[in-house]
Amino acid sequence: MNNSQSTFVPIKPHYTLSQRVGRFFVRARGDSPAKRILIHAILIIACVFAIYPVLRVLSVSLRPGNRLLSTSLAIVPQDASLSSYYQVLWNRDFLLWLWNSLIVTLSTATIGVVLASTSAYAFSRWHFPGRRTGLIVLLATQMIPATMLLVPIFVLATQLGLVNTWRGLVVAYSVQAIPFSVWILKGYYDTIPVELEQAAMIDGATRLGAFYRVILPLSTPALAIAYLFNFTQVWNDFLLARIMLADPQLFTWTRGLNSMQEQFQTQWGEFSAAAVMVSIPVMILFLVSSRWLISGLTLGSVKG
Amino acid sequence: MNNLDPRIFAQSFSQVALTVTAVVVAAAAIALLVYIVLQRWLKWRFALPIVLIAPAAIGLLLLVAYPIAYNVGLAFSDMNIRRFLPEDRSYGLLQFWENIRSVFTAPVLRQVMFFPLLLRTMLWTAIQVVAHVSLGLFLAVLLNRPMRMRAVYRTILLFPWAIPQVVAVMAWRGEFNFQFGYFNVLLRTVGLEPINWMSSPFWNFVAINLTNIWLGVPFMTVILLGGLQSINRSLYEAAEMDGAGKPGQFRRITLPLIQPVMTPAIVLGVIWTFNNFNIPFFINQQELETSDILVTALFRSAFVYFRYGFASAFALIIFAILLVFTMIYMRVAKFELDLGTKRAMGAKPLGVRR
Repeated sequence: MNNSQSTFVPIKPHYTLSQRVGRFFVRARGDSPAKRILIHAILIIACVFAIYPVLRVLSVSLRPGNRLLSTSLAIVPQDASLSSYYQVLWNRDFLLWLWNSLIVTLSTATIGVVLASTSAYAFSRWHFPGRRTGLIVLLATQMIPATMLLVPIFVLATQLGLVNTWRGLVVAYSVQAIPFSVWILKGYYDTIPVELEQAAMIDGATRLGAFYRVILPLSTPALAIAYLFNFTQVWNDFLLARIMLADPQLFTWTRGLNSMQEQFQTQWGEFSAAAVMVSIPVMILFLVSSRWLISGLTLGSVKG
Repeated sequence: MNNLDPRIFAQSFSQVALTVTAVVVAAAAIALLVYIVLQRWLKWRFALPIVLIAPAAIGLLLLVAYPIAYNVGLAFSDMNIRRFLPEDRSYGLLQFWENIRSVFTAPVLRQVMFFPLLLRTMLWTAIQVVAHVSLGLFLAVLLNRPMRMRAVYRTILLFPWAIPQVVAVMAWRGEFNFQFGYFNVLLRTVGLEPINWMSSPFWNFVAINLTNIWLGVPFMTVILLGGLQSINRSLYEAAEMDGAGKPGQFRRITLPLIQPVMTPAIVLGVIWTFNNFNIPFFINQQELETSDILVTALFRSAFVYFRYGFASAFALIIFAILLVFTMIYMRVAKFELDLGTKRAMGAKPLGVRR
């Protein structure tokens, strides 16, 4: 008994440091160590290119006021301080801009996803007249340059008295991401068997009840993608806010940051501090969800 | 300057909340109205899907279809900053002809003409899409193998995509500063002459291209990496058995098998780049007309020069170009839309009704 067990104890290999360093690069079959090192080197260089400009923003935001403009390329300055953050939080309208962006984004993204989820369900489950045309029109809206709509929207908004208010923007933001969301959600609903709803309806659910209780819970991943997509569209919008908002009290953060760059040519520290604070939550959200987000964008939209 | 008064916060909240409530009520009202008309009165079998679509459809009509129709109308007008109000404008076929003609024959902004602008836009789109796809494919192939730190590399390479575009672009604009931007700092350290990124037409165009390559490559890398990962490894082993070298494997296996992922990514890439506004607009701080592409010129002709009638005609022409491109592309590539026809339930209602 004892004897037979001892034969199965795995042997732990002991490597010297140099062997470990070697093994780090030579794990997969086929590639020579030199080639592995080369691949890692290229990837590391690419990563430096990708991350350096981001780090520069962080670096500028940490510089104290008297060294804002410096030709140093070091990332963390020797006399790092958070004074720019303090300045931008309490002596500028930054918090107000964030607040405006946040309430508008959360509410309009919710409306957009709700409207898109029901429309996508209709497109996925019924062959009503005009369905094909509707889907193609939805796809075609993706080709229209946003700039092309700006002139008529601006002229109409001026005539309706919607410039410098949130009213027009809230309506526009609620609707603008619907076409893309419908495509994502419809693609996902299509993969859910109809039999599930039929089963629910045999058990006494109405058609909409089956949609609400069966399809929606199953579609959580696609709904999350659509919500995130709606969220980022509104959160990052600059163009519409640029033509519709002139009053600093109504600014969103994109508009506000832009006005900071226009007004205070030398306040790079404050600008960067604001940029860092705006970017970090969004970047975490994006990087965590990137796998689903990107596959949803390609699979749900168009299949070639 | 300081507006951090709670009352101002409450003000914007109440305005947004009121509008949101109004939108929700309007959507519900539309759905209810359509339901009553179609289901109760007409008893149409497709009442329910139409009810589900109606609010979104009306919203899109308001935001997209109506402005486009209005834009067509404006193209027939002589509207500008002095003739802004409806009663001051005059509409007419002749005016439409005049607008269209002046897009092609007169400077679109101050100096730049339409055709150089179109050529530059095409050059910009070509440079960007080729760079995104080739660099993206290169990085994706490197990442598509068992190796240490792959997840770390992948995450870091995605940074430019994850950062809000407006922030990224404004940060890059700072880096092209003559004195403090790191490009010129680097050039000076190496002992070369610093470059005037903002005022030299050629270098400004280079700067715009550099920024957009930085922004666009990560997205393409990850999309193509997804495509590469779906290719069955055993295909490569079989090819190796048959004596195919690495380049042959790449050309015969990798490229054909990532087509389904690459083709839509390229089409979307072309459309997005052609319509890209933020990068050419922001990096071009001194408003050089030599760096404008079609959409930024359109923006300036409307919101800097206030030639609304002209801009509307200009917008129609840009739209026509995109439409022609997409139609040619769909013909050539036999682009099939996946409309999911097999899955849809059809007209017959489900077997059980309560």
